[in-house]
Amino acid sequence: MHEIPLQYILIVSTLMFFIGVWGFIVRKNLITILMAIELILNSVNINFLAINRFLYPHHLEGHFFGLFVVAIAAAEASVAIAIIINIYRRFTTINVENVSEMKH
Amino acid sequence: MTTNLTMFWLLSGVILVFSLLTIFSKRILRAAVSLLFVLVATAGFYFMLGYEFMAGVQVTLYAGGIVVLIIFSILLTSHVTHKFDKPLLANLLLGGGIAVLGSATAIYTILNHTFVPSTEPAITPDMHTIGHALLSVDRNGYVLPFEVISVLLLAAMIAGIIIARKETKQ
Repeated sequence: MHEIPLQYILIVSTLMFFIGVWGFIVRKNLITILMAIELILNSVNINFLAINRFLYPHHLEGHFFGLFVVAIAAAEASVAIAIIINIYRRFTTINVENVSEMKH
Repeated sequence: MTTNLTMFWLLSGVILVFSLLTIFSKRILRAAVSLLFVLVATAGFYFMLGYEFMAGVQVTLYAGGIVVLIIFSILLTSHVTHKFDKPLLANLLLGGGIAVLGSATAIYTILNHTFVPSTEPAITPDMHTIGHALLSVDRNGYVLPFEVISVLLLAAMIAGIIIARKETKQ
């Protein structure tokens, strides 16, 4: 494991993070935006675990933080998808440009 | 080149290529499948780092749960043969500019920072350690966040059911 420098992993997760940001800006479909958010969360998780393993191997803080991030991502995805399905029922589209008014 | 390094290059190549495909794929279902590959490759990273439990959670929860949820919602909300329009050039350039600038700044900082690893002996997080840490109340225990997360998951589940159900007319 230790022949891989920490910097390599951090660079990969940085690139993944900014690909997610790019997708967040470019895409107009709500589900694709949700997938971009998942990419961002995932890259941050890689950072937590890699820094935990390389710099503080006698602790487990990063590991547990990553675990909680995964749980929160699951909660967020389920609520977001419920909202998306509800929006689709009202507007028959999930394009963010066409969904700009609230019902009440 | 050792096996670990080869594995690292392979996994990071998969992650980067499929992240780009997730964002720029023309068909939304293909984007979801690319996201699945990214998440599985991330689980491979966790295996390489020695966090087997975390990798298992990643595969079951992310690759198994969230991606299936996303694919279901795609099938419910858009036609499979539907193709995206071309993204606006202004958005493409703006997002690309932000991505390039941001990643250049971050990578510059990473390369110029000296990381000081701790010299204490490493602990291997086996199931025993993880279970005890999650449910203990002493200094390295995580019982409070654990309970908060379980309440949050319950709340999210109820919220999902309430929001997504069909409204009944009284």
